[in-house]
Amino acid sequence: MPVLWLVLIVATLALGGFFAGRRRALSDAGGDHRRLHSLPAYYGWNAALKVAVPAAGVLTVWLLAQPLVVGLVVVGDLPQDVVTEGSSMDLVMSEVRRTVSGLEGAVAAGVMSPEEARSPLLDAQRISEALREAGQIVSGQLPQPVISAAQQMRQLDNAGDWLMSGAALAAALAGLLWALRETGAAFRARNAVENGLRAVLVAAASLAVLTTLGIVLSLIFNTVEFFRIYPASEFFGSLTWSPSFGGRSELGIWPLLWGTLYISLIALIVAVPIGLFAAIYLSEYASRRVRSVVKPLLEVLAGIPTIVYGLFALLTVGPLLMEVFGNEGLGWMRSGTAVMTAGLVMGIMLIPFVSSLSDDIINAVPQSLRDGSYGLGATQSETIRKVILPAALPGIVGAILLATSRAIGETMIVVLGAGAAARLSLNPFDAMTTITAKIVSQLTGDADFSSPEALVAFALGMTLFVITLALNIVALVVVRKYREQYE
Amino acid sequence: MTDASTNSAPAARKGASLHRTDPRTRRRNGAERRFRLYGAAAISMGLLFLCVLAVSIIRSGAPAFTHAVVEVEFTLSEAQFEEAESQLLKTAVYERYFNAALTAQLRDAGFDVAFDENTIRRIIGKTGGTIRSYYRADPDRVGESVTLDLPVSSRVNGYIKGRVTRENLLDSRFLTQADLDLVDAMRDRGLIETKFNWGFLTGKDSGVDNPGGAGIGASVVGSFFMMLVVLVLSLPIGVAASIYLEEFAPRNWFTDMIEVNISNLAAVPSIVFGILGLAVFIQFMHLPQSAPLVGGLVLTLMTLPTIIISTRASLKAVPPSIRDAALGVGASKMQSVFHHVLPLAMPGILTGTIIGLAQALGETAPLLLIGMVGFVARQYPDGVVDGFLDPNSAMPAQIYTWASRADPAFYEKAWGGIIVLLVFLLAMNIVAIILRRRFERRW
Amino acid sequence: MKVIDMYDAPHTGRTVTSNDIKISARNVNVFYGDNHAIKDVSVDIEDKMVTAFIGPSGCGKSTFLRCLNRMNDTIESSRIEGTICIDDEDIYDRRVDPVQLRAKVGMVFQKPNPFPKSIYDNVAYGPKIHGMARNKAELDEIVEKALRRGAIWDEVKDRLHAPGTGLSGGQQQRLCIARAVATEPEVLLMDEPCSALDPIATAQVEELIDELRQDYSVVIVTHSMQQAARVSQKTAFFHLGNLVEYGETGKIFTNPEDSRTEAYITGRIG
Repeated sequence: MPVLWLVLIVATLALGGFFAGRRRALSDAGGDHRRLHSLPAYYGWNAALKVAVPAAGVLTVWLLAQPLVVGLVVVGDLPQDVVTEGSSMDLVMSEVRRTVSGLEGAVAAGVMSPEEARSPLLDAQRISEALREAGQIVSGQLPQPVISAAQQMRQLDNAGDWLMSGAALAAALAGLLWALRETGAAFRARNAVENGLRAVLVAAASLAVLTTLGIVLSLIFNTVEFFRIYPASEFFGSLTWSPSFGGRSELGIWPLLWGTLYISLIALIVAVPIGLFAAIYLSEYASRRVRSVVKPLLEVLAGIPTIVYGLFALLTVGPLLMEVFGNEGLGWMRSGTAVMTAGLVMGIMLIPFVSSLSDDIINAVPQSLRDGSYGLGATQSETIRKVILPAALPGIVGAILLATSRAIGETMIVVLGAGAAARLSLNPFDAMTTITAKIVSQLTGDADFSSPEALVAFALGMTLFVITLALNIVALVVVRKYREQYE
Repeated sequence: MTDASTNSAPAARKGASLHRTDPRTRRRNGAERRFRLYGAAAISMGLLFLCVLAVSIIRSGAPAFTHAVVEVEFTLSEAQFEEAESQLLKTAVYERYFNAALTAQLRDAGFDVAFDENTIRRIIGKTGGTIRSYYRADPDRVGESVTLDLPVSSRVNGYIKGRVTRENLLDSRFLTQADLDLVDAMRDRGLIETKFNWGFLTGKDSGVDNPGGAGIGASVVGSFFMMLVVLVLSLPIGVAASIYLEEFAPRNWFTDMIEVNISNLAAVPSIVFGILGLAVFIQFMHLPQSAPLVGGLVLTLMTLPTIIISTRASLKAVPPSIRDAALGVGASKMQSVFHHVLPLAMPGILTGTIIGLAQALGETAPLLLIGMVGFVARQYPDGVVDGFLDPNSAMPAQIYTWASRADPAFYEKAWGGIIVLLVFLLAMNIVAIILRRRFERRW
Repeated sequence: MKVIDMYDAPHTGRTVTSNDIKISARNVNVFYGDNHAIKDVSVDIEDKMVTAFIGPSGCGKSTFLRCLNRMNDTIESSRIEGTICIDDEDIYDRRVDPVQLRAKVGMVFQKPNPFPKSIYDNVAYGPKIHGMARNKAELDEIVEKALRRGAIWDEVKDRLHAPGTGLSGGQQQRLCIARAVATEPEVLLMDEPCSALDPIATAQVEELIDELRQDYSVVIVTHSMQQAARVSQKTAFFHLGNLVEYGETGKIFTNPEDSRTEAYITGRIG
């Protein structure tokens, strides 16, 4: 774990810097800390920060950049003919990486000497042997260029690691020197530390932007990759979803989108009336005591992990529906996993979302409007239906949009409760599948990440992200506008 | 909201007595009562769902915590031990000894049911390995009379718990009607007893053919390491981000962008974070698959918006007069925040963090994409570093793994796992509530 | 607008004079939880006359006003003792439906509170829920009449379907008055109707109140003594939950009997 050691060394340097900076400032002031510009500890912090931050920066950037650079170099040196028919550079590169980790494992297990692993005479025979001896899985015969590429990659990685350690330590030491040189009684250490701290705070806040960027980039890159090997027109135009890892897959999004929307619709049909009426009752009718008991109880439904709902759908609701609608009953349902099962359970999950958001929104309607209505002789329900709900409508629409986005993005309930068959059907008792369920099924297991069957998951993820993002933004804007109206 | 009232007769109200309710008012009051009833019905529905959920979890999950064991008195002589160890197929010898001992014991108890060694094997399973490791672990027991508690096979376990009934049992090489006669007889004589299954709490995942041996312990450890990562990363980063946004950030496009990003990330589906983790941490940075470290990183990114939102609310709740007071005695802005505002907001921040962690603990979907699913919780990690980097599962992912296996005996384990998970969540929420009650300040 | 004879109902066999007692309160006590807000208040309010409730803030005048149409019922912790009769019928009787009562006793609030609907719908709301119109044409007529009665018709007749919240403060308050009279109440309660308005709008509303006197018994709560003097015929002075003095407005302001009243109108308490 060289990185761990590096981190520990830098941390020790920072600690040393703290004491050194402090001592230096104090000695400059003749031991009288009242003559310092800032409290003594600030001089220490200044030095510690100047050791740790540049080193951490170098480390992070290097760790991110090295695999990229090494990969590019190795790809550039590979002869073009290693990419055979039906393969791609990505496939070759993943083979190279596997070989690298195999060699590492073999060296670590002691079945191969480090010299031998580096030797240009190393051939596929010997590697397979060594790997088997080290208890690793070997598949097929490795072509010689792959072996040399793997050796080159190991070498580059190794060199990179050393360079990284050197660069990080140099940065740390430079920071230490800088801090110690500027330290003196008149140095404004507090301002320097506070500026540094502020930079750290900004960096933390920017992580949200980085996360979004990471999501968008990882979706876009892989989606573009997918559309390079699979026509976008078929993805958005085909009505069939039948992936087969042997090739000739049909990957049309419509059956998945239909399943997603159908299940969400059923979930909303369950959740919106119940949630809305619950919110109305809690905010307008319930006494304070009832409210203080019932509101948290309903919110428990929102705190339950979705895996629990998934299991509830699969093992309780599904069989229950089968008894009524299955072959023993009405005969509409063939198996326990169906749109109805997933929709019902998801609806239960969404009740507290709708109810607490609507409750907040109804409470934001000013009391003067209620008074105005009561003063005209309206009953409570007339006031609610004709004054409060119309006034709260934009906010409630926002709440429902948020619930919709939640339903569309929900995964575990549909993975366990909705079935796996992609079909375009109107029967809510049929098994169907959704975008999220297919993302899971295409990306779990040992699928090759460069095949269209795996990459399609990123295109699905992109679709999901765009849909939910649009819903969220519209909902947020609507709700914010609504709140401003009554502020 | 249509209103038919414009068509009904105008009320002859003028001068009418207030002490007589007119028909229209009566009708309106009826509508009022109905409306109120709908509200009450909606609430009851919600609570009913909660009850059904709770009952079905407890009823289906409780059996996972018990298992039926056969209590056998058994003595292994020195000679037998020597002989068994000298053979090639050692466990088979132990099994033979054991079966002979059990058969004798049953005969003594006066069983008049026909049984042979295969029957016993079907009921208890392969006992040789268990017995051998028992004696090899503590050779002093050789020659002593000991009472062994051996768990019955999963099908017999199912029969005893009522999951398998005689009606739906077809004679097979796994279990026959005659075996069940023997099981019933053994239960009558107290040779089979139901005991608390510690193995479920401390055990590891088992292969698909051994539902009885599956335990959740290893994935609890996986969850623990993940939560450690989440806590260590998301609390400082979340607090730092909130302090910046709440106390220092100028109103400009960059701040606005951060704000919009945070509120959006809070509503992005969790599976998308899984895709991010797969693409960035595993494909791009080549971190190990199925590692709690990666799971923790993904969940950190997911939890951050929650923590930031609640932390900002707590910071906002500290009245500006406190800041003014600190600035007034010559503290810098940074000092006023770190010396005064942050400590005062701390209870709220911790409450929000615990609730965020509880959410992360129950999250499943992103973990599936980074490979924490399937038969991965095979062993406990050897050390702290391995705890972060070795493939492991987490509680919800382990539950999903069990739920997707074909053998219904695993469903029981899944429900049991849910009880364990919910106990953890409940504990975290109770801690959060206590923190809030104890330290909450009203300004 | 035709003045409707309110006392032709057969079941009230009383002689009717022009200044009949419309509301009579006897020994009214109001509690909010442990807070004794109104202490043993008895008062008779006459028909077709403006009665003003004055007093320092927190004296209970608004609370008492809200008792007259049972608006206090909507507050959970409130409790009332004593009797309040309108046309000799106890409004706190078990048989009384507050909904029916409030149709008979309209109310205008301190802050203009138009519903976030069109001007038309604001006014039509009351008539609709009480089923006063047989068809759209009748409803239109009621709305127009009410808006004219509220002295705002000319200003809004061209934009009846614009939102009521888009009007100016004074217009909004007159819209609320129009909304209240649209249900043809017999008593009109006004809770500091001008406190949120500028002087010009206040003058318009005061003028309107004076006109409304012809048809309704108007009870107005105000913290402005000048306003009370301008619009009311009778004035009641409340202090710390007690009704201190009640009588002709002129007399209260020129020759009060109670020293507290005198102290208030000369500005020494309040």
